[in-house]
Amino acid sequence: MLILHCPYCGVDADETELSPGGEAHLKRFGPGSSDEDFQDYLFARENPRGVHFERWRHAAGCGKWFHAARSTDTLEVFGTYSAQTTEPPKEICDRISGKRPGWTWRLFG
Amino acid sequence: MKRYSAFAIAREALNYHTGWSRAWASPEPKKRYDVVIIGAGGHGLATAYYLGKNFGITNVAVIEKGWLGGGNTGRNTTIIRSNYLQDPSAAIYEKARSLYEDLSQDINYNVMFSPRGVMMLAQTQHEIRGYQRTAHANALQGVQTEFIGPERVKELVPIIDINGPRYPVLGALWQPRGGTARHDAVAWGYARACSAMGMDIIQQCEVTGVRTENGKVAGVDTTKGAIDCDKLGVVVAGHSGVLAEKAGFRLPLESVALQALVSEPIKPCMDVVVMANTVHGYMSQSDKGEMVIGGGTDGYNNYTQRGSFHHIEETVRALIETFPMISRLKMLRQWGGIVDVTGDRSPILSKTPVEGCFINCGWGTGGFKAIPGSGWGMAELMATGHSPLTEAFSLDRFKEGRFIDESVAAGVAH
Ligand SMILES: Cc1cc2nc3c(=O)[nH]c(=O)nc-3n(C[C@H](O)[C@H](O)[C@H](O)COP(=O)(O)OP(=O)(O)OC[C@H]3O[C@@H](n4cnc5c(N)ncnc54)[C@H](O)[C@@H]3O)c2cc1C
Ligand SMILES: [Zn+2]
Repeated sequence: MLILHCPYCGVDADETELSPGGEAHLKRFGPGSSDEDFQDYLFARENPRGVHFERWRHAAGCGKWFHAARSTDTLEVFGTYSAQTTEPPKEICDRISGKRPGWTWRLFG
Repeated sequence: MKRYSAFAIAREALNYHTGWSRAWASPEPKKRYDVVIIGAGGHGLATAYYLGKNFGITNVAVIEKGWLGGGNTGRNTTIIRSNYLQDPSAAIYEKARSLYEDLSQDINYNVMFSPRGVMMLAQTQHEIRGYQRTAHANALQGVQTEFIGPERVKELVPIIDINGPRYPVLGALWQPRGGTARHDAVAWGYARACSAMGMDIIQQCEVTGVRTENGKVAGVDTTKGAIDCDKLGVVVAGHSGVLAEKAGFRLPLESVALQALVSEPIKPCMDVVVMANTVHGYMSQSDKGEMVIGGGTDGYNNYTQRGSFHHIEETVRALIETFPMISRLKMLRQWGGIVDVTGDRSPILSKTPVEGCFINCGWGTGGFKAIPGSGWGMAELMATGHSPLTEAFSLDRFKEGRFIDESVAAGVAH
């Protein structure tokens, strides 16, 4: 069972309490952007085997959206953080670097 | 390759079965092939087989990081049907289903195709309308299905409770020539047939990089060294995103866990496949007597081949409501596979931004049924650059907004 710490209400929530919200930190492209950018924004995904950043919602709890840094090949959770940010906080990145030297994810890492 | 037959069994019996040769060879890789296929699952092997059979291309290697058929092909619940909604889907799934009908004869390997009938229960008014629509679409597509009432459901499946408290059975979409096949045998049979044509199936060999020259594919790096090729087919299901990254492009899909489980064996009690999409569960009985059960996918990216237990619980809870007699069955095994799911729940069979590199993926939760048709179309695409079967499934459909929406037909995972 995946357990994520909700950075808002402070609960360690079981995955049955949470709804997954897909890849985090997507850069939005709207009207006026190129077809390629718009397609990538809508459909292309990192889908990495390893370090990943996701959106989650504490659906059956406080109801807030937050971010999680997780590994998709071990299910290890590196940490969770506020949804009000466009990139993972340095502290989370440093923690990942300690465990997975040389990791990359899109533009971060 | 020695032909398998009743006569061969008798002949070998006289030699105390010491005369059988291995079903396929395990050679070391050559330096170069005309075509390299990454992934020895059903789709990769079928692609290789039809490249040889339909186009005479036999200088082919199929490279597998584990053992052949050890991916989703050996982990699925073997449901075969072609009752999809959209025309391109009906074409490729029905092509596959019809090839399954005499696949055992074609590849001289018993894949135990059992067209026992597949029933998709309608348990809400919405589902009745949806399945009636599918039945009409199927009639136009030449796919034999019909919408049947609850009495007929009960007649075909006596163990079902059609008056369930929450979700009574209101009817069903019935495909009499759908069914099941032995999943391992499909992989093994194609592998044996490929090997007999002189193709190399290289197991325990991981592709670690894709080499390109001037935007064109040149070969692959593997744990057994570099291998050159003119054309490359990437057919790695849950690992498609990983391989695409190595080749330098991204894909519109995500990898999630899908699980299945089987019960202890019991006497024959259900001779059709039943799927209940509203409550998220489906079930069939194997030849050994085990009830084979599957349900929905997990909601988040995962490469571990382990799923969340609460999904198993939900599936079983739902099925017990519809099949009360299974409530005291013990479950024997449970496992997961990593499935590659696209936004429109349809596969991708396509050229890629890298010239000479083709991809066959996105079969997600339901590609076992499609293996022969997918291999047929993919071989044509790779050999000639075009296939009517795969045309609609190209990568650029996402850019062009030509989705092949099968989110209803795909229903629960199967
Ligand atoms: C639990 C479950 C139930 C299912 N039930 C059904 C069902 O009832 N009916 C149905 O139609 N479908 C079902 N499916 C879906 C079906 O199993 C898949 O769509 C299908 O098997 C995919 O076949 P494939 O050949 O594309 O992939 P796979 O069989 O997964 O083969 C891909 C191969 O690529 C190899 N590979 C990956 N990366 C590399 C690399 N870098 N180098 C070399 N090799 C590599 C893997 O080891 C693997 O063997 C189910 C799936 C699951 C998990
Ligand atoms: Zn919370």
